[in-house]
Amino acid sequence: MNSETVKSAIVEALRAASTVLPTDVVAALKAARSKETSELGAAQLDAILENVTIAREGSIPMCQDTGLQTFFVEAGVASPFLGQIRDSIAAAVVEATAAIPLRPNTVDPFTGANPGDNSGRFMPFINWEIVDGDEIRITVLPKGGGSENMSTVKMLPPGVGLKGIQKAVVEHIASCGGKPCPPTIVGVGIGGGADIALKLGKKAVLREIGSAHPNPQVAAFERELLELINATGVGPMGVGGETTSLAVHVEYAHRHPASLPLGILVQCWADRRARVVVAADGTATIVGTSEVIA
Amino acid sequence: MERRLTLPIDEAQARELRVGDILYLTGEIFTARDEAHLTMLEAKEKGESLPFDPGAMALFHCGPVVRAAGDGWEVIAAGPTTSVRMEIFEDRFLDAFAPRIVIGKGGMGDRTQAGLEKVGSVYAHYTGGAGALAAGRIERVKDVHWLDELGMPEAAWIFAVKEFGPLLVTMDSAGGNLYRELEPKIAENLKTIAARIDAA
Repeated sequence: MNSETVKSAIVEALRAASTVLPTDVVAALKAARSKETSELGAAQLDAILENVTIAREGSIPMCQDTGLQTFFVEAGVASPFLGQIRDSIAAAVVEATAAIPLRPNTVDPFTGANPGDNSGRFMPFINWEIVDGDEIRITVLPKGGGSENMSTVKMLPPGVGLKGIQKAVVEHIASCGGKPCPPTIVGVGIGGGADIALKLGKKAVLREIGSAHPNPQVAAFERELLELINATGVGPMGVGGETTSLAVHVEYAHRHPASLPLGILVQCWADRRARVVVAADGTATIVGTSEVIA
Repeated sequence: MERRLTLPIDEAQARELRVGDILYLTGEIFTARDEAHLTMLEAKEKGESLPFDPGAMALFHCGPVVRAAGDGWEVIAAGPTTSVRMEIFEDRFLDAFAPRIVIGKGGMGDRTQAGLEKVGSVYAHYTGGAGALAAGRIERVKDVHWLDELGMPEAAWIFAVKEFGPLLVTMDSAGGNLYRELEPKIAENLKTIAARIDAA
């Protein structure tokens, strides 16, 4: 195994993520279409599904906002390749930007300069987690600006309780209207601190649609919250309809007694993600929700 | 109703369009985001002529992915961007150039609504993120302006399009506004939802 192998696998994962919507998201969009009663909302879902097919068949990005390339790395402590991952990811993003192509989306906040290859200070951003084992799992989430702009953190008074969380999430998603490109996936992070709540929310977005949280109380909370959000009537693209969100995924941490941090992470319908697993023997394979590319 | 229009259209044709109409456009459209709006408005204020006639085209809020191909350009993906960023100057832009159809996503505010009514234009919503679908309806890139100054997403791209759509008219020149119609319904739904949460 060499760093070229890992880099090439990450480039292909970026291509898969940008051009092929994971099967669970497509299934959720089709289910939403079949139960949509609003003619205008149904037309939006039809256009989305047609767009997804065109992108997959032509191997072209499904959205012109190809996002910020955000990585989540679960790094097995016994992997012999830990030292190569950061450079492989950085090189893969530059190569993928030219090869797929991706829109150059990294801008220096102070000078306005765009390096043109999606590189930059702290970019591509990597979220590291050290885990047991000898595998490295690299998940890429190309996240668009329109939906990220609708993400927020609220520091609630703990006295409002779980009901207060539900109200805050529903009100926020309703206030977003069509701006985050609904039907959305809502990642809800609860607890920790302000930064932790947001991070948990973003991690929750990575979960497959249709999967339930392992804690049954949290799983029930997710189902209720999804139903409440869809009762707003915002609908696909905010033109009115039955489905405002495809899924609500919650992740939580214990909180300070005085704090109830709530991170709301909004992901557009183009819930693009793909994963590379680097095994201890050096093979790098693309797995997970984008298996549809096979 | 579904309407297949060939651009340019005149004010009378634009004033016939209503909220709920589904449009498919054939002809020329130009892209403009924040920077191209400002560049064009500055040119107008200085009395300079533009290198194209925006009044004869539809305006598309879009920052496309475009790739050089031979002597020209290939559009890879070209869906709409969030229109409300342009709210701060769209009424002036409508006054200055009178594009009859403004295409974007997410809707716009009261100033743009007033501008549409005054000038006789409509705002049409294009499905957000449908960049591949849109690219397939763009026959070719006719031209690009201010590419060096503004960069790929912000430049003004002139596209020849065929059956470009489906575009949903959500704001019209007769005061029709889908977002204003939906707001009280959603507000009412939120009250019901809050009561459901309290009762649980």
